[in-house]
Amino acid sequence: MTERITKDMARNIYFGGGLFAILVFTGLTFDTVNRIPELSHESKITKSVIAGKKVWEENDCVGCHTLLGEGAYYAPELGNAFQRLGGSDKQGFRDYMQGWMAAQPLDIPDRRKMPQFNLTTKQVNNLADFLMWMSKVNAQEWPPNIQG
Amino acid sequence: MKYSSQMVAKPYFIFALVLLAGEILFGLTMSVQYLYGDFLFPALPFNVLRMVHVNLLIVLLLFGFMGSTYYLIPEEAERELWSPLLAKITFWVFLVAGVLTILGYLFVPYAELTKLTMNDLWPTMGREFLEQPTITKIGIVLVVLSYLLNVTMTVIKGRKTTISIILLTGLFGLAFFFLFAFYFSDNMIMDKFMWWFVVHLWVEATWELILGALLAFVLVKLTGVDREHIDKWLYLIIAMTLIAGLAGTGHHFFYMGAPGYWLWIGSIASAAEPIPFFLMILFAFNMVKNRRIQDDNKIALTWAKGTAVVGFLGAGVWGFMHTLAPVNFYTHGTQLTAAHGHLSFFGAYVMIIFTMISYAMPILRGRPHGNCEKAQKVELTSFWLMVIGMIGLTLALTVAGVMQIEMQRLPDSAHAMAFMDAQDKISTVYLVRSLFGLMTFSGLIVYFYSFFVKEDKAVA
Repeated sequence: MTERITKDMARNIYFGGGLFAILVFTGLTFDTVNRIPELSHESKITKSVIAGKKVWEENDCVGCHTLLGEGAYYAPELGNAFQRLGGSDKQGFRDYMQGWMAAQPLDIPDRRKMPQFNLTTKQVNNLADFLMWMSKVNAQEWPPNIQG
Repeated sequence: MKYSSQMVAKPYFIFALVLLAGEILFGLTMSVQYLYGDFLFPALPFNVLRMVHVNLLIVLLLFGFMGSTYYLIPEEAERELWSPLLAKITFWVFLVAGVLTILGYLFVPYAELTKLTMNDLWPTMGREFLEQPTITKIGIVLVVLSYLLNVTMTVIKGRKTTISIILLTGLFGLAFFFLFAFYFSDNMIMDKFMWWFVVHLWVEATWELILGALLAFVLVKLTGVDREHIDKWLYLIIAMTLIAGLAGTGHHFFYMGAPGYWLWIGSIASAAEPIPFFLMILFAFNMVKNRRIQDDNKIALTWAKGTAVVGFLGAGVWGFMHTLAPVNFYTHGTQLTAAHGHLSFFGAYVMIIFTMISYAMPILRGRPHGNCEKAQKVELTSFWLMVIGMIGLTLALTVAGVMQIEMQRLPDSAHAMAFMDAQDKISTVYLVRSLFGLMTFSGLIVYFYSFFVKEDKAVA
């Protein structure tokens, strides 16, 4: 098969195909960037959600957990933590988070350990608000069930 | 060695191998934490180990690419490197910045590190693979710019070949897409979307150009096949890389808050992503079959064929396994992803660096016909130990992933097992994974030993 293809033909496939791929991908990228605000309910991002995202990043939460399936696979998915751990109750979830973060690391031998991050009450509330906002993102019905 | 400036490649190769040893050691440590959560805790929590593990991988590959380029470019351009001094300075700057960053991860709590490096001024930290402090990221940009300048000037002033132009295209792509690491938004979904422009467009687009160029270079040297022929194959491979790989980024946009059309586009485009890797196998074996010279450095050719085959398995086969949206719905973010990640990085990128080192290092050490037969035998043993170790580890993670999906993902909400409960049931498989990891590490030790096997006096 390859005998019939010359180097010039191969080069043209590379330039033509590559250019086509770049154009298609760039076009779709612009469209996606325009649609993400709506799909993610950007208007509902409060100051507290922004502060919670900062807590998430500054403590490298993604080094153990996944968030919408991206991250490390050592600890549970947190994109739907609000539904799973807070029963979709706002105050209930905040209270749960305060208790959970204060109790780390759990004293269970050989269980995977979560460090004690010494967050303030306000930081934990911010984190809870961030996770509540994340739980509303339209992720095409993912995850398949409540366990994430 | 035709040009004395090719010598600058040597420290890059050596340091890349040192980093590889570190990377595997941290991986092994993590695998122990998977079994005994108290191991080294709280001194080294899992996220710190993982940060070091993956950052070492990225940095070692960059050192490997740089070393490979500095060896390859003078020979392709038929002139000395534009500035060997700059290449030496870049090496030390990159080394110091890299070591400091890793020490920062290990000895400063991450939240402290963000304050220490003033992350608030321009927040870029806390994202997977891009955990480096902003100042380190700026350092990486400067190092890469000086490297690009050096290589580009050498190519401009010298002979231009298809291999060197494609390598350069890949390197410019690498530099360009790294700039997305500086993107920041208050909207996590935008962050996630742009993050893939670094991660995917590195490993599934621009780096494949680098891989193709390096593989083509070694095959030209070891088989003596006509360049016309090799260039044609190279163009076909990278054409398929771009056609499938760019829109293939869509397979990451299925379930993270992007529009639904990616389910279709990502599935269709990425279903074609194994093609360039399959072409690489045909390429390598075809060139070896039609070779015009018999080079004494047989082990380098083994690595070249190995990287094509294992790259295809890891990136092609293990990638295709979970790239279609309906399958990915259940596999997204499970151990199956980890399985794919391990074999594809090893097969496509670590092994091409082994190929380059195996080809170039003997020449740099004054052995133009490759290492002696005894040393090559030792190296062949290390090849199989590492390859079988990595495939075993990948199979173990695959079993772990399938078990996880079966218990945690497939049942409905009322019956699905919680994450931690499912993980408990998989622990035996994680033990098997650790043992294969140990095998890989022993392979690397044997590889190191092959450097110290004495030349046979009678042959010399």
